[in-house]
Amino acid sequence: MTTHELICIQCPLGCALTVTVDGDRVEVSGNTCPRGAEYGRKEVTAPTRTVTSTVAVTGGVLARLPVKTRTDVPKQSVFAVMQAVRAARVTAPVTIGQTIIENVAGTGVDLIATRSIEAQ
Amino acid sequence: MQYHDLVIIGGGPAGLAAAVAARQAGVQDILVIERDERLGGILNQCIHNGFGLHTFHEELTGPEYAARYEQQVRELGIPCLLRTIVADISPKREILYVNAQEGAVTLQAGAVILAMGCRERPRGALGLPGYRPAGIFTAGTAQRLMNMEGQLVGRRVVILGSGDIGLIMARRMTLEGAQVQVVAELMPYSGGLNRNIVQCLQDYGIPLKLSHTVTAIHGKHRVTGVTLSAVGPDRRPIPGTEETYECDTLLLSCGLLPENELSKAAGISLDRVTGGPVVNDRLETDCPGVFACGNVLHVHDLVDYVSEEAARAGRNAAAFLSGAGAAAAPIPLAAQQGVRYTVPQCIDPARMDDSVTVRFRVADVYRDRCLTVYYDDTPVKRQKKRAMAPGEMEQVVITKQSLLEHGPVSRITLCVEDPA
Repeated sequence: MTTHELICIQCPLGCALTVTVDGDRVEVSGNTCPRGAEYGRKEVTAPTRTVTSTVAVTGGVLARLPVKTRTDVPKQSVFAVMQAVRAARVTAPVTIGQTIIENVAGTGVDLIATRSIEAQ
Repeated sequence: MQYHDLVIIGGGPAGLAAAVAARQAGVQDILVIERDERLGGILNQCIHNGFGLHTFHEELTGPEYAARYEQQVRELGIPCLLRTIVADISPKREILYVNAQEGAVTLQAGAVILAMGCRERPRGALGLPGYRPAGIFTAGTAQRLMNMEGQLVGRRVVILGSGDIGLIMARRMTLEGAQVQVVAELMPYSGGLNRNIVQCLQDYGIPLKLSHTVTAIHGKHRVTGVTLSAVGPDRRPIPGTEETYECDTLLLSCGLLPENELSKAAGISLDRVTGGPVVNDRLETDCPGVFACGNVLHVHDLVDYVSEEAARAGRNAAAFLSGAGAAAAPIPLAAQQGVRYTVPQCIDPARMDDSVTVRFRVADVYRDRCLTVYYDDTPVKRQKKRAMAPGEMEQVVITKQSLLEHGPVSRITLCVEDPA
């Protein structure tokens, strides 16, 4: 059995959650609403994050293109995603929403542009 | 002299939302003046997500949020002067701007919306001891250098101040391979949102030292280290608690200051607590026809609230241009006992909208208290609050009906009270 202490981030209240995991059983205490229970369960069993960063641009009016994973990805793949982002390079023009890396770091999620950049 | 019905100073989130709302309210002749080479303001460098949950019901990054408003401005055909800085505003709404194409130009505005945003509190305003080596940045400067210009500003980092930009930069620099050693906060609580403490610090094991400050900066040419000390309740360093961290970079995230040099030039009264103009429920300053919104009015946590507030300023400027009269007898709002300020600072019951959202910040971290609104000595509204903190803007709605039903009111007071 393992115990995790978390701060709930669902609202400004910031409840101190205790999540205990015993095999398949996950119990959340300290929450004051159902959203807190759901957050605690997910954070401990399958935490995810949206990764945002920038990619180098060639021939654009800006040197860096801001990007994000289209949806959240497993928290443990954040650094693998960053490695792929650092290796990437795009050529202007770029359109907002354009896919920059398909299935980035094997997460099944695309990395997309979060702004348009015109060619210089 | 050139004339425009409405001139909006600043093309960031506030200016863009104000322009869109003013046009939708019927103002044809609008000019937005922006000093940067692109619209969007600070959102251009805020590449992280979390914007737009209230406005668009989805989680956007800063550039995506800005793009939505830019597109509306473009579709409405609202002219925007870029790379143009406003140098002066007169009380008669004459605006002097300067750019490389036209030189210095004076124009007359029918109405003005101030949307200049805010600036970071710099090192000089913090009284930090030590040399002035390279490697000391405000968090927002570092953010711009990293996210727009692709420069890694340092490899080993200490951050002073737990404002949201500092927290966001702790994560950003960690993801780019820097080692963020510690975030120190003078106050016994963080000035940032919980979400950022969890996802920017705890996710990466970065310690947050509350009630700590910088007592020495080491290094002559480049920062070589920073000494932190614990502070007592009087916020003075406690001798003997010094701890030195080797680092090459110190980031400062110690508060934002509304940028009101132009407002001062126009003779507009400023609120000593917010640093922004004193406004009535129309968001109009004491200079008739000059409105204010966004971070130049008071510093916001969420851009969604900036957009909403700016749209109100845009509609009210439109009403002013179509001949809405001046405020008759506004009722002052008093911030007392745990409430630091209110925006607006007064309400005109005769002319107000059916309801007015009053935004404010509290002075301390409070648990299980009531937020009470008084009309003179009568409590008219009591809201139970499980938690309030200075880092989270609060709001209360005042309705026209409640004011009219109450009869003549000479003062509206907001305060934090123990639950009855």
